[in-house]
Amino acid sequence: MTAAGPVELRERATRVREHIADMCAGPEGGHLGGAYSAADIMTALYFDVMNVDPARPDAPERDRFVLSKGHAAVGLYATLAERGFLPVDELASYGRPGSRLMGHPVRAVPGVEAATGSLGHGLALGCGFALGARLDGRDSRTFVLMGDGELQEGSVWEAAIGAASLGLDRLVAVVDRNSLQLTGPTDSIAAMEPLADRWRGFGWAVQEADGHDLAALVRALGTAPWEPGRPSVLIARTVKGRGLPFLEGRTACHYVTFSARNHAKARAVLGRSRKEDTG
Amino acid sequence: MTTTAAPAPAAPAVTREAYRDRLIPLLGTDPRLMCLDTDTGLFGAAHIEAAGERYLNLGIAEHNLMGIAAGLAFGGRMPFVNTMAGFASSRALEAVKVDIAYPALPVRIMATHGGLAAGHLGPTHHALEDLAVMRTLPTMTVVVPADAAATAAVVEQSLDLPGPLYVRLGRKATPAVPGDEPMVIGRAQRLREGGDVVLVGCGPYPVAACTEAAGLLGESGVSAAVLNMHTLSPLDTESLCTAASGASLVVTVEEHWRSGGLGGAVCEALAERQPVRVLRIGMPDQFSDTVGGQEHLLDHYGITAARTAAAVTAALEAN
Repeated sequence: MTAAGPVELRERATRVREHIADMCAGPEGGHLGGAYSAADIMTALYFDVMNVDPARPDAPERDRFVLSKGHAAVGLYATLAERGFLPVDELASYGRPGSRLMGHPVRAVPGVEAATGSLGHGLALGCGFALGARLDGRDSRTFVLMGDGELQEGSVWEAAIGAASLGLDRLVAVVDRNSLQLTGPTDSIAAMEPLADRWRGFGWAVQEADGHDLAALVRALGTAPWEPGRPSVLIARTVKGRGLPFLEGRTACHYVTFSARNHAKARAVLGRSRKEDTG
Repeated sequence: MTTTAAPAPAAPAVTREAYRDRLIPLLGTDPRLMCLDTDTGLFGAAHIEAAGERYLNLGIAEHNLMGIAAGLAFGGRMPFVNTMAGFASSRALEAVKVDIAYPALPVRIMATHGGLAAGHLGPTHHALEDLAVMRTLPTMTVVVPADAAATAAVVEQSLDLPGPLYVRLGRKATPAVPGDEPMVIGRAQRLREGGDVVLVGCGPYPVAACTEAAGLLGESGVSAAVLNMHTLSPLDTESLCTAASGASLVVTVEEHWRSGGLGGAVCEALAERQPVRVLRIGMPDQFSDTVGGQEHLLDHYGITAARTAAAVTAALEAN
């Protein structure tokens, strides 16, 4: 835990977004929109909430993080680099032949707990992590970040039943509720609401928060478990592409390969955010 | 022609029960082991009590089973997961591939009701593609113990095996393999010597069909070697090529579609290393449309000693 102050957290989140923009200006581009909607969640986790140590990425007592929405890999790589798990310079290799930074997270990257990318896998994995910790008598918590579109996968709900049945209260799920998926608004494609009630109905403790309010995220995630014997889920209301007004909330921001011009434009916007961060 | 004088085979036994009865005491001696169930009914109250916290019934949720097993294995555990072969290899395949095989985790997939073992329950419960599917996955060891003793040996050997393991088990009592050659994962058992043809079997009934067919062929002067190719991945290519050396014909017998399983594996290996004619006996290219138990279905679809011997005779006559 770093117990970062609010200004530092805001700066970190902006830097994470800058790294993502740079990766999306590379030859392959990347899933920018979902990485930006999740950037503040991952910043809150890695710079405040989670017990992780880049010098000891395999420490048994560490908290675990599973990026179940594995397509936000650029966001995870950016966060891990900013946190010191891998050199920031290495991010420039993203999408280039020979890089270990694949388009979906791989365990070859320090800090990545599980390879993900096929949606609907992370919550069951998280159940296994949390169950193992409980059997070992370890205090560690397991955080699983899912997309809201991902909740359309049936396997999520198998795991939701499983986690509640096992009473895995050191398991904390976060839903990045950006309300957009590849081709359009999530709720126009599949009925998602009442989302909080659905999770409650499955036996989970539920909270909702503004997924771009770092203090609110730290408060909610830092205090989980919220109810003894129940897994926790935070529904984080987010905006896809948040941080770049010319892309925010637009379907087109799902996957972005920046032209040099748009990359410069993004960097300029983020540069102004940085100045605001530091006041 | 030489034959091995075999001791009387053990009585028929249930491989899934042999697995269970070997695992339960091991749970008490090896702290890595877990037994994760999907309400299969294989474990009774006494087993569950003996297993204590090492046994968990996760409900009817096979994807979740594989994911939880992977998460536990990441933390140093060795989960034995329990479901039917059809569900392990089809329904839960993506979790097996992505969450278990890709990170090469030591999860033991104990798949009951292999092949036609579900009998009259029909094609929804038959598993005739599982071996093809599983053996294509890198890192996955694929074993079909031919009897109860071999199953117990597989459970024991699995404790030292790196990476994931798929074990196809049965449902009801099946024949025991004659002879006393030890079961070693990855090493084919040579059950009978012979020079004219090689019969390669996989699983209880096919191996029994091979040994019986070899006897029938011997009566008509054809010398048939028999291999129990219980491990499909990694395939014991050396034993196969040694047995096939000088033979004019290799016949594979399996309780599986004719494509992709034992016959496919043998053809791949021999085509590359030591080309020889191969006949594949297995489930015809159709879903079962007849009612009956496992033995009835095997007979109906020609996975038998008589069919094997007849196929050899016809092929040799045609030469």
